Amino acid sequence: MTSANRSPILKTSHLLGIEGLSVPEATGLLDLGESYVAQSRASNKKAEALEGRTLINLFFEASTRTQSSFELAGKRLGADVLNMSVKTSSVSKGETLIDTASTLNAMRPDILVVRHQDSGAAELLSRKLDCSVINAGDGAHEHPTQALLDALTIRRRLGRIEGLIVAICGDILHSRVARSNIRLLAMLGARVRLIAPRTLLPAEADRFGVEIFTDMKQGLAGADIVMMLRLQLERMTGAFVPSSREYFRFYGLDREKLSHAKPGALVMHPGPMNRGVEIASDIADDLDVSLIAEQVEMGVAIRMAVLDALARGLARNETEPRGML
Amino acid sequence: MTPSGKTGRLAFRNARLIDPASGLDTKGGLLVENGRIADIGPRLFNDAEPRDPEVIDCKGLVLAPGLIDCRVFTGEPGSEHRESLSSASEAAAAGGVTTIVTMPNTNPVIDEPSLVDFIRRRAQATAKVHVAPMAALTQGLNGEVMTEIGLLKEAGAVAFTDGDRTVANARVMRRALSYAATFDALVAGHAEDPELVANAAITESEFATRLGLPAAPALAEAIIVERDIRLVELTGARYHFGQISTRAALDAITAAKRSGLPITCGVAAHHLLLNELDVRSYYTFRKVKPPLRSEADRAAMVEGVASGAIDVIVSSHEPQGADTKRQTFASAAFGAVGLETLLPAALNLFHDGQAGLIHILAALTSTPARLLGLQAGSLAKGMPADLVLIDTDEPFVVDERDLHSRARNTAFEGRKFQGRARMTFVSGACVFTRGGKDAR
Repeated sequence: MTSANRSPILKTSHLLGIEGLSVPEATGLLDLGESYVAQSRASNKKAEALEGRTLINLFFEASTRTQSSFELAGKRLGADVLNMSVKTSSVSKGETLIDTASTLNAMRPDILVVRHQDSGAAELLSRKLDCSVINAGDGAHEHPTQALLDALTIRRRLGRIEGLIVAICGDILHSRVARSNIRLLAMLGARVRLIAPRTLLPAEADRFGVEIFTDMKQGLAGADIVMMLRLQLERMTGAFVPSSREYFRFYGLDREKLSHAKPGALVMHPGPMNRGVEIASDIADDLDVSLIAEQVEMGVAIRMAVLDALARGLARNETEPRGML
Repeated sequence: MTPSGKTGRLAFRNARLIDPASGLDTKGGLLVENGRIADIGPRLFNDAEPRDPEVIDCKGLVLAPGLIDCRVFTGEPGSEHRESLSSASEAAAAGGVTTIVTMPNTNPVIDEPSLVDFIRRRAQATAKVHVAPMAALTQGLNGEVMTEIGLLKEAGAVAFTDGDRTVANARVMRRALSYAATFDALVAGHAEDPELVANAAITESEFATRLGLPAAPALAEAIIVERDIRLVELTGARYHFGQISTRAALDAITAAKRSGLPITCGVAAHHLLLNELDVRSYYTFRKVKPPLRSEADRAAMVEGVASGAIDVIVSSHEPQGADTKRQTFASAAFGAVGLETLLPAALNLFHDGQAGLIHILAALTSTPARLLGLQAGSLAKGMPADLVLIDTDEPFVVDERDLHSRARNTAFEGRKFQGRARMTFVSGACVFTRGGKDAR
């Protein structure tokens, strides 16, 4: 179906964040993602949307999950995929991110997927490169494909997003996943709640059209979806919370706390999980409650959708008249 | 002081003479002899054309003491590729600045009498304007052991500072202040609690949360301001906050001044004109230390200059290169060049009706001269003829390609300003003339 319908979905040639995305663009991506779920389940998973295109995965932070998801998405759409993992230590101080960008630019990729530890890195690259740039996570800023795959997961399970109560729990302060999800879910009409100790809530979080809770039971009351965030181990030892056992006691998701949510509430986690820190194992493994595996599946589908949408933009730009020269 | 003394006479006529030190603001003329101001007055050269070898018709433009910029970082020694004393002096001359007060944050750190001597000699040999070095307050800027304040002062250090670093340890600061007071030395502090601002790139706010940048609360400034005010109370040292950026700091300093403590403070031009939102989408040229603040804090800084609670306006000139600024926002270095935009930015307050011209010029000339004990910043007879001819109305757009500084990292790129230096004189010698429209 996708090769037949090639109407444009995105107005911009990059996906740098949920901010700047319109509701029709977001739902367009979700709809397209839906079609790729079916294709990914078929025996022939291949499509041609990216045939002849070069996709570079440039990861400055290790991420098996996101990188392989983009790799698979690119390959299923027929692109040549190159994975580049740049350890921060090996980027000498002499080479700036912009130098790296011009090197890559000379290889003439069509789409660059970038993950970087600093906020704004994808934006910076998009200004310096000729290709389309997808932000696969920049600092504590945005991770748009994660938010889109979460929205697709929710929509497929519950049939809608509007009016749902979604509780996002954990390390909001450092989380790009939380920022992108807050933006997207609020845009699509969900009621978003944030639950965290004060040390893990960003400044002025209440200005984002969300409700803030520091008590898990109150925050979960009536929630349709419980979205747990990963707590980085190095942030648990007295820096932001005193210990992992104290964190689990007050903010780890177990059966008792989950019982305060709406009956039948579903649990999500962007992975990788710290079992026994932010989520109890029996919840993570309970297929009636946990959407975690489904999130991974939706991840490939939504990334295929994003790649397809950007490729349509590339084709559009290439066929446009180039002026008088 | 730097340039060689000038022989002969130089006459300025038809000037609007502004001398903040004496409160003078009048039409008139000024005569320079041997690099010093020989005469000045409303009737000078009114009736008869002076017969001097060189006469400058100012055509009603403002003739004022050359500016003194109390907070200038250069790269000499150690990072001359960013800025040398010579290139900084070119930028200064183009900005109407005739004395730059240099920070000791170089490599090596200026924490030894021989290094103060080095700066002065290098300046004499290579710089177009006067260079008045501040020396380190603690050895290596490490905040642990005080420097040889007495010897450094003898060598020519005009004040003592760790530049953009805060002495974190209150015991060290207390002793350094006590010791400095022995020599009546001025200490210039930087107010940011180092632990609170560790790794932060921007002021904590809704905007910072949106950008997902590591941020620190603005009160990191007031915490140190309050501490150092108490230490001044205890030790009696003369203390200058190199630059402040928040209302909380301003309020604390205003109260301390009212109680008679020997405390003064400065503000950087960018904190008068820009707020946190000007960082827009990760614009690293506006990553400065302390970071840009809220609009309320920016307005408070303007108010502080207008009321006189803020004593001096500085550029906080800090040259950075492509290697340090072409980075992501969190990884990029702090700092913006400012010598050439200091006067235009300050004049912005005048054009907006927020402060009078003579009041603004005082914060750039007579007040810093008094604070640092410099023979400068005044049009009195006998003073060195460090002068700037200012066209207060000339409109222009800041273009980094026009800068004389070796570094291009201006926070004001593309900004429309009104008014700038037309000619600059150091000890009677012309060190800068703006091309094209010569005032002669």
